[in-house]
Amino acid sequence: MGVLDLPIADIASKVQSGELGAKNLVQEALNNLEAAAEYDAVISYLKERALERAEDIDSRIVRGEKIGSLAGVPFVAKDNFLTLEGKTTAASNMLKDFEAPYQATAIERLEAAGAICVAKANLDAWAHGSSTENSDFFVTKNPHDKTRVPGGSSGGSAVVVALKAVPFAIGTDTGGSIRLPAAFCGVVGYKPTYGLVSRSGVVAMASSTDVIGPLARTVDDTAIVLEVMAGKDELDSTTIESDAKGYRLSANGYRLNNVRIGIIREYMSQGLEPGVRQSVEAAIEKMRAAGGEIREVSLPSLPLALAVYYIVCPAEVSSNLARYDGQRYGLSTTEAKNLEDSYFLSREAGFGAEAKRRIMIGAYVLSSGYYEAYYKKAQTVRTKIINDFKTAFEQFDFLIGPTAPNVAFKIGERTADPLQMYLSDIMTVAANISGNPAISLPVDRHDELPVGLQIIAPQRADRNLLSISKAFEALK
Amino acid sequence: MSKLSADQVLKLAHLSRLKLTDQEIERFAKELSEILAYVEMLNQADTDGLKPTYQVTGLRNVMRDDEAIDYHANPHGLLAGAPATEKNQYKVKRVIE
Repeated sequence: MGVLDLPIADIASKVQSGELGAKNLVQEALNNLEAAAEYDAVISYLKERALERAEDIDSRIVRGEKIGSLAGVPFVAKDNFLTLEGKTTAASNMLKDFEAPYQATAIERLEAAGAICVAKANLDAWAHGSSTENSDFFVTKNPHDKTRVPGGSSGGSAVVVALKAVPFAIGTDTGGSIRLPAAFCGVVGYKPTYGLVSRSGVVAMASSTDVIGPLARTVDDTAIVLEVMAGKDELDSTTIESDAKGYRLSANGYRLNNVRIGIIREYMSQGLEPGVRQSVEAAIEKMRAAGGEIREVSLPSLPLALAVYYIVCPAEVSSNLARYDGQRYGLSTTEAKNLEDSYFLSREAGFGAEAKRRIMIGAYVLSSGYYEAYYKKAQTVRTKIINDFKTAFEQFDFLIGPTAPNVAFKIGERTADPLQMYLSDIMTVAANISGNPAISLPVDRHDELPVGLQIIAPQRADRNLLSISKAFEALK
Repeated sequence: MSKLSADQVLKLAHLSRLKLTDQEIERFAKELSEILAYVEMLNQADTDGLKPTYQVTGLRNVMRDDEAIDYHANPHGLLAGAPATEKNQYKVKRVIE
């Protein structure tokens, strides 16, 4: 067992005490990532800055300085977080040479706590996708079966954590993009309440549902990372205050006894793969045996969430991707004769099929004549979904179900049919539409491949959600 | 069910400043029509008396003081990514022929 397999709190305290050197940890993480190259999880390495920062941390510790809760802990960021070293590509041809002039707030906060970003992970281009096959560069492979997808869009982030190359990674979740790859790769994936982590410096996808969160091996590790990133940021006016108690959990004391948990009927009745059903039902039984008060509950509007998403998300995507016009940054063609030509040619060279699809759907649902029927209707059904959650949370503390109806699918299985790919998010997307926090936890497997249990909590109940997740994780 | 014609796809592409090949037009007409057919399930949802939600945590008009803040980006860094600059400004192709 390598030192990077230790809990994050232990790594940080050993670095702080001088027992472990940050530079050695960075080197080890880089070695691990290079050894895992066959999975194609990484787009670029940030060696120079990472080693520089590690040396700085080591020498500050020698001088007796206190570093922070993530002292010397190496991590990987999805390549849609702006970083000062290297390129930030969003796995897109449009940004393949883009060097960011500033860093994402999330990266700044992690660095301030002593964490060190060592690499940028692959994703579906612009985070559009559920399998990481839609990267404009290459396809990332599932660590449990290389013929299968890792899930997406934060696929690279999930893979490096599952392979234990780094203790944690960060990703973005707009419709399930942290939880789905976490489920497919067998790690913990956390989607916070909307606005809990600043989106400043993250390549925008759908601004009303985009959130940022950690992927890690344990709930404790997840909580430590969330605590560092969370809270108001004046560079993102949608951010909310952190919980006064923070998110870091104490060693024990979390129980399922008398916790009211609702099994979402709509998620259990849909075509679940037998292995997923068995795994999730076994997990629910364990919770019940531990004293959880578990009953089924219906949220009748949930099956509409994906349709809401595929109006709201493309609408916001079409607006957010309008900025890529070949004039200010990103790919720009030299052949163009005039300004308009330059827009067309640059966007042609920079956008793949899925980005084009979403831009055009977005333009359509926002156009005069269709706006009321599509966009406004979707945002009104959004209210209905939020109301379903509110009603359910009057009776229950948490809601549970599978993260996805199936285990990781085969590479190429869904790429021919966009709608089929969209359906991968059928169980994750509602929490994005409503802004609720949700987590995907690995559960005991009945088949070869990992299965995720999803727990959803009321808005701003992130600390409670992590606490119950820790209680579940401790059940044997 | 709404079905997008090749002309509608072309118009959307033009409005979005996207160039499409003939094959793409055909492909997108089919795919976009399927996506629109899927989202039409929303028409069955009863939304009488409900208002649309645009901001899920209930924030409204978040203001800050109108003062310059110390920000880690600077004009030089921002312009460094531009395809063409002149006198510390973005340079674009002529707009009026």
